[in-house]
Order: sequence, then structure tokens, then C-alpha cells
Amino acid sequence: MSVVLEQSEIERSLKRIAHEIIERNHGLDTVVLLGIPTRGVTLAQRIGSFLSAIDVRVPVGTLDITMYRDDLRLRPPRPLVATQIPSEGLEGKDLVLVDDVLFSGRTIRAALDAIGELGRPKSVQLAVLIDRGHRQLPIRADYVGKNIPTNSRESVKVQLLEIDGIDQVEVGI
Amino acid sequence: MRSPHLLSVKDLSTSEILEVLDTARELSRITDGAIKKLPTLRGRTVVNLFFEDSTRTRLSFEAAAKRLSADVINFSAKGSSVSKGESLKDTAQTLEAMGAELMIIRHPSSGAAARLAESGWVNSHIINAGDGMHEHPTQALLDAYTIRSHFPEHDRDFTGLRIGIVGDILHSRVARSNASLLSALGAQVVLIAPPTLIPVGIESWPVAVSYDFDSEISTLDAIMILRVQGERMSDAFFPSEREYARDYGLGSQRVRSLKKSAIIMHPGPMNRGLEISAESADSAHSVIREQVANGVLVRMAVLYLLMGGAAIPKDGVLV
Repeated sequence: MSVVLEQSEIERSLKRIAHEIIERNHGLDTVVLLGIPTRGVTLAQRIGSFLSAIDVRVPVGTLDITMYRDDLRLRPPRPLVATQIPSEGLEGKDLVLVDDVLFSGRTIRAALDAIGELGRPKSVQLAVLIDRGHRQLPIRADYVGKNIPTNSRESVKVQLLEIDGIDQVEVGI
Repeated sequence: MRSPHLLSVKDLSTSEILEVLDTARELSRITDGAIKKLPTLRGRTVVNLFFEDSTRTRLSFEAAAKRLSADVINFSAKGSSVSKGESLKDTAQTLEAMGAELMIIRHPSSGAAARLAESGWVNSHIINAGDGMHEHPTQALLDAYTIRSHFPEHDRDFTGLRIGIVGDILHSRVARSNASLLSALGAQVVLIAPPTLIPVGIESWPVAVSYDFDSEISTLDAIMILRVQGERMSDAFFPSEREYARDYGLGSQRVRSLKKSAIIMHPGPMNRGLEISAESADSAHSVIREQVANGVLVRMAVLYLLMGGAAIPKDGVLV
């Protein structure tokens, strides 16, 4: 595996995404971040802290999409992780979903289904650290840390300090 | 869960028990809020195969399956071709031919669920919802879930909790499943009953036995009152109902001796006035209605863990 993103680049990407979120939404009044477990949650928290350093604190939550997956029958059952919707709710908000890698787009489709049950945000946007291509659904990200062209057999391994003890992204077989 | 079936709590490792309880807790967080129904088992068919009467177990499984968007077919032996002599094998194969992928079976004979799972008659997942006087695993799981929710400091380990199971132990599959499961989690289980209602071979159970309810009551953290199962009693096991209620019934006198934090449980249906008085069942210690609500969550967790993942291959072994 070879390293494609190091700590300083990850930090810079997330800061840039934070600025883009402010610019796109003309401020942060209605912005809510929802991280998709596991690493999307950590990324959402980091973007959240950059946003509060630049401007104001925004609500950050988590959304477990396991029960909404369409590929459940292809693998053994997965353990569920916590879903935490900010107390402000999602109604009328500009919701930014945060995930580590955008690949087939199926996770995001499942997340959109889950959000449909939770309320009606004004808009749903998508922020990802890595876009590796090979989409199987008509889904794109609004904020991308880095586009990394990959071969579909390769895997992308995102490691974050809070979970893995190191900040880096590797690609390889 | 490693097995494609849930037949006995003895087949579950401690980590599998905790996996079920944790999954149920996450489901409760999801379904507490705006989401009432999950699409997880959409298009899958679950059969309730009931050869014995039941209200809450059947309805609870049905509610659990429906909240996961599964289709539910209810079968009860009464009013079916069982009265024309159709066997368990033919009944199960007929239901599978109609698309059943998971069968929840309740049967008056001990071992019926295991027979269905191991005979090769059908390829479905099997859940034992009570087989004779043998086991009722989802009841024990929901009881453990209920106890855990009241003792958060014992989230992963019941060591230090003393749990009394009181009454008709002999005929009770609930007592058997709970004794195994709660002691596997580390709890100290004490069975309290008249000698005539204690099964032979009790020495091999991981429990203590007492014939004196009053000497135990103030030591218990949770107290599980069992139903006196009149329909399974062919002999006189106690002199009179009044004497039973006096010695082993949970009346308000005994409730006053309980620890402040102790909880009162009953698997239902209750014989109010016999094993439990109406005031005790409705007292502040009682968590009997919580048990019913928790039953749906725990059964959703079991359904998800059994059929949410990859399908069972023909040889019955998941890889």
C-alpha cells in the first residue's frame, strides 16, 4: 500500500471543506453535520471544530445506515452503531453528510433513505475525504478532500488519529 | 450469532448474548424517535408456527417482524389441518413452499424446535418460541435486557446481582432459559419454590435453591414471578391455591421487604391473586409492562441477526 495523504494534507482538506460549507450555505445558521460511522463521525467532528473556530458551533450527529443497506444479504450481519440526531432535528436544515470514502454510492443512497424517515431537510449535501470513483448510482459529492483515481480491485484505507492512532490515507491491493 | 437458528440459550456464548442485547438497545434508540419502521427485511417472509396458545409471544414476534418490514404469516394449530392429522414435517414444508424463510415455532413437546432445525425437513431459520417444558430463549433475552436497563453498572456483567425465580419451576421453560442465561452473564440465581415444584436433577443447574421465600426476599435485586401452569399440572403439587399464595405468592407484605432498587418481573400471563397480587403487579417495583415493550426490541434484534445477513446455504452452515 502507498500513502496518498498525510496528516497535514488531511487537515488542510478538512479546513478547506469547512470554508466551502460556509461559502455554499451563506453562513452556518441552518447547517447540521451528520457523520456516517465509523470514520465519517470523526471527520464530521473535526469539520465541526474547524467551523466553530472560523465562525460558530454547528450541531454534529451520527447516522447509522446499517438497517437501510441494500447489500445486507451479501455479508454476515453487521453490528449496529449508535445513531445520534442533534436535538435541533433535521426539518428545514442544510444537512451535510460526512463520510470517509465515496465509492459505489450505495452507502449514501442508504443514508438518503434513512434521512427520509427522519424529516425533511431543506437540502442534503455530501462531504467526503476521498472520492475514489467507480460509482454504481447517480450520486456525487459536494465537497471532496481529494480525488484519487483507483482501480476497482484496490482498496482505500483511511486511518484517523482518534481511532487508528495515525492520520493517513493509503491505497493499494 | 454464529448459528442460523435460536433453539436454546445454551447455544449462545456470552459475547453473542451481549450482541443481541446491544443490537436491541441500538434498535430502541433508532425506533424511539421518528423512525417506527425499518426497511431491513423487506420482501422476506416470517412464519409464526404456533401449536400452543399464546398472546404476547406471537404478537411480539409479529410486531418485531413488521417493524423490520418483513411479511408475516400466522399459523395456529387450532383450526388448521393439524386436526386432520397433518404432521409437523408436512406443515413446515407446506409453509416453506409458500415462501417462508424463518419459522418461529411454539410447540407443547420439548425439543420440537430442535427437531425442525436439525431434521433437514426445511431450510429455514428456526426460532424456538417455547418448546414444552424445555426452553424459551427470547423470553430469557428480554428479561436480561430488562434487568440490564435497571442496573446500568452491570451493563456487561451481572456479577453481584442476585436474582430470584419464584414459583412453578418444574413446568417452566422460562425458568430453565433464564437460569442458564442469567448465570452465564454472572448473576447469582436462586430458585424459590415448594419442593414439589422443583425439578429432579436441579443439582446440575447453575443455581441455588430455597424453599423459604421470606428469608430470601430482602436479598434480591430482581424477582421473577412465574405463572402457576394449571394446564400442565396433572397432580396436586400444592394443597390449595390459598396456601400457595400465602407461601409463594408475591403479596404487598413481601413487596415491603424488597430492596428499594429491586424490580418485579413476570413473563405473563398473570394469575392475579395467585402467584402475584394485583397491588404487587402494579407497584412501583413492577417492570412487567417494560418487559413486553423490550420483548419486541429483543425479537427485532434476533430476527435481524439471524436473517439480516447472508442467506443460509443448503448445507446449513454459514461461512
